[in-house]
Amino acid sequence: MKWDEFFVTGDPLIYGADVSIVLTVIGILFYLTYFKKWKWLWTEWLTTVDHKKLGIMYIASAVLMLFRGGVDALLMRVQLATPDSKFLDSQHYNEIFTTHGTIMIIFMAMPFLIGLINVVIPLQIGARDVAFPYLNAVSFWTFFIGAMLFNISFVIGGSPSAGWTSYMPLAGNELSPGPGQNYYLLGLQIAGIGTLLTGINFLVTILKMRAPGMTLFRMPVFTWSALITMIIIVFAFPILTVALALMTFDRLFGAHFFTLQGAGMDMLWANLFWLWGHPEVYIVVLPAFGMFSEIISAFSRKTIFGYKAMIWAMVIIAGYSFLVWVHHFFTMGQGELVNSVFSITTMIIGIPTGIKIFNWLFTMYKGKISFTTPMLWSLGFIVNFVIGGVTGVMLAMAAADYQYHNTYFLVAHFHYVLIAGTVFSCFAGLIFWYPKMFGYKLNERIGKWVFWVFNIGFNVCFIPQFILGLDGMPRRVYTYSAASGWGNMNMLSTVGGFLMGIAFLILVYNFYYSFRYSERENTGDSWGLGRTLEWATTSAVPPHYNFAVTPTVDSFDPLIKMKRNNVNLKPKIEDIKKIHMPDNSGVPFFMASFFFVAGFGLVFEWYWMGIVGLIGVFITLIIRSFDKNEGYYVSEEEIKETERLTV
Amino acid sequence: MANPQDSLSREHGGIPWKHVIGYILSIILTALALWVTFETGFSTRTILIIIFIFAFLQAALQLLMFMHMTESSEKKSKLTGNTQTGNILFAAFVAIVIVAGSVWVMGAGHGKHDHHKMDSKMEDMKMDGDMKMEHK
Amino acid sequence: MAHAEVHDHNTPLEYQSETGRLNILGFWVFLGAEIALFSTLFATYLVLMYRTGDGPTPHELFELKGVLIETFLLLTSSFTCGIAIHEMRRRNRKGLFIWMIITLALGAGFLGYEIYEFVTYVHEGAAIGTSAFWSGFFVIVGTHGLHVTMGIAWITLILIQVARRGLTPQTSAKVFISSLYWHFLDVVWIFIFTAVYLTGMVLHNG
Repeated sequence: MKWDEFFVTGDPLIYGADVSIVLTVIGILFYLTYFKKWKWLWTEWLTTVDHKKLGIMYIASAVLMLFRGGVDALLMRVQLATPDSKFLDSQHYNEIFTTHGTIMIIFMAMPFLIGLINVVIPLQIGARDVAFPYLNAVSFWTFFIGAMLFNISFVIGGSPSAGWTSYMPLAGNELSPGPGQNYYLLGLQIAGIGTLLTGINFLVTILKMRAPGMTLFRMPVFTWSALITMIIIVFAFPILTVALALMTFDRLFGAHFFTLQGAGMDMLWANLFWLWGHPEVYIVVLPAFGMFSEIISAFSRKTIFGYKAMIWAMVIIAGYSFLVWVHHFFTMGQGELVNSVFSITTMIIGIPTGIKIFNWLFTMYKGKISFTTPMLWSLGFIVNFVIGGVTGVMLAMAAADYQYHNTYFLVAHFHYVLIAGTVFSCFAGLIFWYPKMFGYKLNERIGKWVFWVFNIGFNVCFIPQFILGLDGMPRRVYTYSAASGWGNMNMLSTVGGFLMGIAFLILVYNFYYSFRYSERENTGDSWGLGRTLEWATTSAVPPHYNFAVTPTVDSFDPLIKMKRNNVNLKPKIEDIKKIHMPDNSGVPFFMASFFFVAGFGLVFEWYWMGIVGLIGVFITLIIRSFDKNEGYYVSEEEIKETERLTV
Repeated sequence: MANPQDSLSREHGGIPWKHVIGYILSIILTALALWVTFETGFSTRTILIIIFIFAFLQAALQLLMFMHMTESSEKKSKLTGNTQTGNILFAAFVAIVIVAGSVWVMGAGHGKHDHHKMDSKMEDMKMDGDMKMEHK
Repeated sequence: MAHAEVHDHNTPLEYQSETGRLNILGFWVFLGAEIALFSTLFATYLVLMYRTGDGPTPHELFELKGVLIETFLLLTSSFTCGIAIHEMRRRNRKGLFIWMIITLALGAGFLGYEIYEFVTYVHEGAAIGTSAFWSGFFVIVGTHGLHVTMGIAWITLILIQVARRGLTPQTSAKVFISSLYWHFLDVVWIFIFTAVYLTGMVLHNG
């Protein structure tokens, strides 16, 4: 391979990206060296096993990926704003919609939610950390490395261009030669390891590490939603692992799973992809439901309405989400019987979600509502998500789907589900728990600007796409003729897209503004309305061991009861005992780095490099196995000092 | 398993009967599956149903007799045992959905119109001769 | 987190530490994920069952004798692995070692036969790139074989740790978890025996 094939060349946009990447890296290296931050970076972040810090790193990476995916979206919108546009060529456009979809789902939505789950869930159940803190670090680093491997594709080797669904035979060697598609396969594979481990980790954490007295039906709704999400992750992600591996075998080793030659079956890819893909939709939307439940309950000053119905709705979804996958390819021709069955299962799965909408409405009913920014996002969610849900039921009808399939109607539908559901919840949850992570709130006035600009932009962007879809505009086309008459609606949609981009910039400004000027919190219950244990810590940002004394729970919404009974949350000095905590470890970081080496080698089919990387991975596994890793004790004196207790 | 502690202490001495019985039953089930497949002359459908029932039985033997699936790690609580069992049962549900669902969906509709099966069989017959020539 | 030790003589060592208990439950969850993983491979194999293309059919190449030897070796190794855990629970380190080493030897024998089988098939004109059917075959059986290989290496490493550190709550939890893995590989093999070999022979026969 020649160097000019190794680096992507010939496009001014890419050169711009090259320069900005190099400058950013130099800037970061300079900052770390000049301010002597290397040791801090290593001990506080790269080797940490603290769930709160890992959560913050997840969220930071997700915001970064939101930026990348958002830029992709805006480039597409610029290209489509006018008919016959020459801004991007077809190949470049294909690459951008592929990376936009993949990044937003796998590297933005999931890590954002997993980050919030990481920060909140152990606190919410009164635990000191997760069940497997070391594994948690492995999860984060494999996700991060997978994301980086996928992202470098646009400057080294070229991006994948077969869509985020990577249907065969388009994604095969003949139609997608070169390393691009391999980046997709290997990047997702490595990140998927991390996701699976997160699933196991939090499943065991929630089942086994709850505070005394917190029975299953006293768990907060967010914890329940996380539990169900983890169950779905554990059983759905292996399907993706296999599907990706099989396509890798097709591309690298000449196997014939999905190829047109050798009697392969391209449709099997779509089948396997959506067997994972539909549960995946619930993986990114159930935690959102959980967070909205917490926020709506807190700011309505009422216990969640229909708690048990809420829980059972999610339990049903856990199993049922595996029974609807065919609705993603009604037009593939599996016949009227199969389509009818999956049409019906799909319509039925709307019912548990509908139940939830009513529960949220009844929670607010006669509540004393505070219209804070997290609450605004939650209200915006209810309104917009209903549009996504109703159009979903329209698409569920197999016969009608032949009309909507692969049009902008579908695109608009799933953006109403994923933006109004997942992205709104990420913003709402981030703002709600921001003081838990950093000890101060994000500015509310700026936050309201973000909400309104984003919300208006979101609707201006996607309502026209419903209309374009019904008018027959297919998705994934890089341009259209003026005669089609789609120009005006597309221009409107682009304006909406840019409004969302502006809202994102205001949000980033808010991070900075609040860091500088926000009042620092000095109680654990920053909003004054906390109902669950994460607000029962003694300081705004909990110490690394979370609770000096593990709280005891005897009801749902335990903090509300404690407040009512005027329980003093400050621990008694005689209750302080030494606390056992896990050791930091640099091994996960190195393991993930070796995964990067292996993945990069396989992307370019440099097998020696792949083998070196895998050997490295095994060495780190062996080192971990032989490590006694017994952890350490936080002394009573240290705890007393942190909690400011004096004898 | 009424009391998990009992079953654990019982294993402290003597011959592990649970394992021996599990092993013998496994061998018998394997032999039966072979017999059904090659000796009975049942229809293909019947054979498949029977041998898959045997496979599930044998898997259950492994899980119960060898792997201590229902055993709980904490005293006086069946939580872990139940979690482990529930986990495997849900996995079995997902497994059946994946396998039966894929076979059904991929075989329906286009499967009916798909002449691949017949073509490949005919090609096999044709190729058979060539292959043997090559390798002998 | 805390090492809340349960000092009851009847409690098996592997359940005595909090870490041990958490790890064992976590591993059960992982096995659930493994079931989903292998199910996807089974689904693939069965969907591609008739897609032999220009390659040979399984009926032409599958040999019952080798498969039966493999099945017998793995089934027996699962039994001996169970005995090893039984010995461990009697705090009999020597017994644990003897039965585990027998288990590993049987596993290695299984692997040897499998490699021999693969080589034979390749010689007879069926490799991963021959047809969709053979891609499916080699990947499902190969994935299981890879698991067995990793199991042998992993159990060896754990036995070294037991030899060095003795039977502690930590090491015995590791042994117990690796035994779960080993039994699970036999569970998967039962289905490979049924769905890949027997079904392959039945369907291509008729």
